[in-house]
Amino acid sequence: MSSNSLHYHYVVPGDDFTQAGKASSAVKQILKQLGFNPQTIRKMSISLYEGEINMVIHAGGGEIDVDIDDEKITAVLTDRGPGIEDVELAMQDGWSTASEQVRGLGFGAGMGLPNMKKYSDELKIDTEVGKGTTVTIVVKLAS
Amino acid sequence: MLIREIRDILNAELLEGEHLLDTEVHTACGSDMMSDVLAYVKDQSVLITGLLNQQAIRTAAMMDMVCVIFVRGKRPGEDILQVARENGIAVMTTKHRMFTTCGMLYAAGLNGGLKRDEQ
Ligand SMILES: Nc1ncnc2c1ncn2[C@@H]1O[C@H](COP(=O)(O)OP(=O)(O)OP(=O)(O)O)[C@@H](O)[C@H]1O
Ligand SMILES: [Mg+2]
Repeated sequence: MSSNSLHYHYVVPGDDFTQAGKASSAVKQILKQLGFNPQTIRKMSISLYEGEINMVIHAGGGEIDVDIDDEKITAVLTDRGPGIEDVELAMQDGWSTASEQVRGLGFGAGMGLPNMKKYSDELKIDTEVGKGTTVTIVVKLAS
Repeated sequence: MLIREIRDILNAELLEGEHLLDTEVHTACGSDMMSDVLAYVKDQSVLITGLLNQQAIRTAAMMDMVCVIFVRGKRPGEDILQVARENGIAVMTTKHRMFTTCGMLYAAGLNGGLKRDEQ
């Protein structure tokens, strides 16, 4: 472990959509306060927000752990939702299982995972059907 | 264009962000789908939407936007305005519909993000 490392933990409720994105907003505020460059903040904020919304609309909520060290920001999103059957398919632009109700809330275009891939430096998805999903987002700090 | 000018052009009511009225903005995006805003917005600073929830504001905040305009007379509640306050985002409501709102602002010089000859 690096000498300077910070850790933040968030619980994301699955039954209250009004709260969706709150953890990502809090992380963004912290990254701003820590004085990271705007591009780095934008990359992590968008990726994390997409992941947090996914947790709420597809997996009934979960938990987020954010670690910051000298080289990178790492966010791990863990849920005990239904898992993703075909990750390759889920990664495709426009592929979504979201309901009409979710679309009415402004999400469910099947753009989230591809967007996370685009904005993060590393994106890892560990998932098991019936057990849940763990998404790891890494954004490297510009040296 | 200033946020103040947007308010005047749309005959809109400013609900949050008095202190942001003299902020300069150049580009805007109109959408009810936050998925699309997250995927396609680059440096636009104004979001025009008919989606009335906290995520409209949070999404704008994630994209570093500074102003959200609710169309068709949609009026956000205190919970939504609170999120805007926390994130330093100006909020207004206009009676105009989405197409009209976008058209009025475009005609007044607000751009879509790309330069006009690239659109
Ligand atoms: N945490 C998760 N648990 C279970 N399934 C998931 C999870 N995250 C994504 N998925 C599945 O992957 C699909 C694609 O996700 P993606 O984020 O790209 O699109 P979306 O969430 O459906 O729409 P958008 O992100 O554009 O609002 C989802 O429709 C869902 O089936
Ligand atoms: Mg998504």
